[in-house]
Amino acid sequence: MSEACLFVIGATHHSAPVEVREKLAVDSEAALRQELSSVGGLREIALLNTCNRVEFYGVAANEAAADHVQAVYCARQKFQVGEFEKIRIRLTGREAALHLFEVASGLDSQLVGENEIFGQVKEAYAAAQTHGSTGAVLNRLFQKAFQAAKHVRTNTGISSGRVSIANVAVDLATNIFGSLATAKVLVLGTGEIGEGTAKAFKSRGAEDLAVASRSIQHATEVAGGLAAKTVSFEERDAHISTYDIVVCSTSAPNTILSTAAVAAAIKRRPARPLLLIDLAMPRDIEASAADLQNVFLYNLDDLAKIAEANRAAREAEIARCRELLSERASSLWEHVQRYLDQAGQPTQGPASAPAEAPRTGA
Amino acid sequence: MVLDLSDRQWLWCAAGLYTAGFLLGTASIVRGGRMRGVLIYCTILAGYVAQFVGLGIRGKEAGGCPLGNEFEIFQFTAWSATSIYLLIGVKFRSSVLGYFTSCLGAALTILSLSIPAWDAVRRTHIFGGNPWIELHASLAIFSYGVFGLLALTSTLFLFRHFSLKSKRLGGWFSFLPSILDLDHIEVRLLGAGAALLTMALVFGAIYFTRDTPNVGHFKLAATVAVWLVAAVAFALRISGRLLSKRFAWTCLALFAAALLSLGAVDTSRHPVSKPAAPQSTQ
Repeated sequence: MSEACLFVIGATHHSAPVEVREKLAVDSEAALRQELSSVGGLREIALLNTCNRVEFYGVAANEAAADHVQAVYCARQKFQVGEFEKIRIRLTGREAALHLFEVASGLDSQLVGENEIFGQVKEAYAAAQTHGSTGAVLNRLFQKAFQAAKHVRTNTGISSGRVSIANVAVDLATNIFGSLATAKVLVLGTGEIGEGTAKAFKSRGAEDLAVASRSIQHATEVAGGLAAKTVSFEERDAHISTYDIVVCSTSAPNTILSTAAVAAAIKRRPARPLLLIDLAMPRDIEASAADLQNVFLYNLDDLAKIAEANRAAREAEIARCRELLSERASSLWEHVQRYLDQAGQPTQGPASAPAEAPRTGA
Repeated sequence: MVLDLSDRQWLWCAAGLYTAGFLLGTASIVRGGRMRGVLIYCTILAGYVAQFVGLGIRGKEAGGCPLGNEFEIFQFTAWSATSIYLLIGVKFRSSVLGYFTSCLGAALTILSLSIPAWDAVRRTHIFGGNPWIELHASLAIFSYGVFGLLALTSTLFLFRHFSLKSKRLGGWFSFLPSILDLDHIEVRLLGAGAALLTMALVFGAIYFTRDTPNVGHFKLAATVAVWLVAAVAFALRISGRLLSKRFAWTCLALFAAALLSLGAVDTSRHPVSKPAAPQSTQ
């Protein structure tokens, strides 16, 4: 009976806070790969290094090789092995396969269901392939992980809906304007919420951004960071009609946008919808503006309700995703285990892994 | 017969495929997953091809565009709507539009196949070898198909408008395209439909001026009324005086008017020249 095993070892956002993850982040993957190539019994290795996780997926002649990988990594990062063992994940066999499936699917992400991790896993796999450190098992494992991730994203609602207010606001805007590339966004108030929302719009493709604040200096600073324009806060009523999305987040004690001002704006642009997002408390926009044709007004409570509904919907989907992935991981592992048992090859370095993949229907 | 299947069998295949597209979309909604736009699109495409073959067989028998009775007019309308969807469905994120198109296609084809009386008598050679009349008729019915798709898009617009105003964005509403995209599709479809109907009327007018006694005035009035609604709605939308929900409701009314006018179109035809083929193959 062979002791060959599939393993994953690493640390993630679940147990490692950001200040620890900063120390664990690998700055030179090439150098680390070089050092890992000397680990005895290690046949295949792939490194997933993101801001939320550092994970090594490996195939080794025995489980001790996983500990050697850990030792090499900790030494390189100048991180105490004992400390690392307190926060690490260390899984083998089917559980390791299932873990990668969940990571690629976004189930293990900080924001469950996010898509970015899928690309990061792909990049990690591509890098490992480029360096010749993957073989039959990891090739199959990663390919199946990509298939599984695509399957759950297509067949479940795991990726739908955002859970932060800023992202909900951006999603809302896409429901009205589709692509945000041509949408013009005006942010009134440059506090933390306003700036965060402006950044969310920017990151989702909005190119025409403007900010306005009572403090011209602060508005200029925020605008500089976003490559946005500044608009006179006092002349805001005159500017509304030129924007598609107006985000308000001032600390004004009374409303700063009246229904009459919004009505006048929409009259100048009747065919194009106007989205008003009121993130202020007390509110910045007169509530009756919502009754105007082609005007869509959302306040903080509305967005919070959407975020909560999204979060609840995602949680309901997580169990379904885990079930789907678990079935696939079991099926894959059954074949991989048979392959590892039968292979019984002599120990090789990660760059000379076997070429023929075990075939599975997972 | 093509591949040993009769025209009606091909048309039943088309109805089945449109229904399959509709059921696929419904299953996605019920499961809460993402709608499989490509799969729905391919299913509709297969239905479209089957319908094309079925109508082609009938067209060959009729010696022209198959518009010889209510059955054929409904089939041709469904085929026209599907043609336009297949063109615009690729461009827009419109798996929901595909879902509704398959629903419309299934409804029109199954309805027409299920009422034997609509296909009991069938006029052939109705255009008397005059290509202008044939072009007039086919363009007019094609424009009605475009109005059918416009009605679907308008329905989606109204759903999206409701979801945004009532702040319900999850569940089924999350499949809907953006309200601006829907508005753009509406305007383009109305423009295309109005242009096609204008051309149909122009070609019809050539015939009308040469053979006035044979033109049904009821049919003429009904068709011109539909054209007027389309043209006025388009002009008002372009000038910014008919917008949002009111525009969508007008588009729905336009399709209803187009459907109602089909009765007038069919009853004003020339005398029946040939009974329908035996319908043993349903």
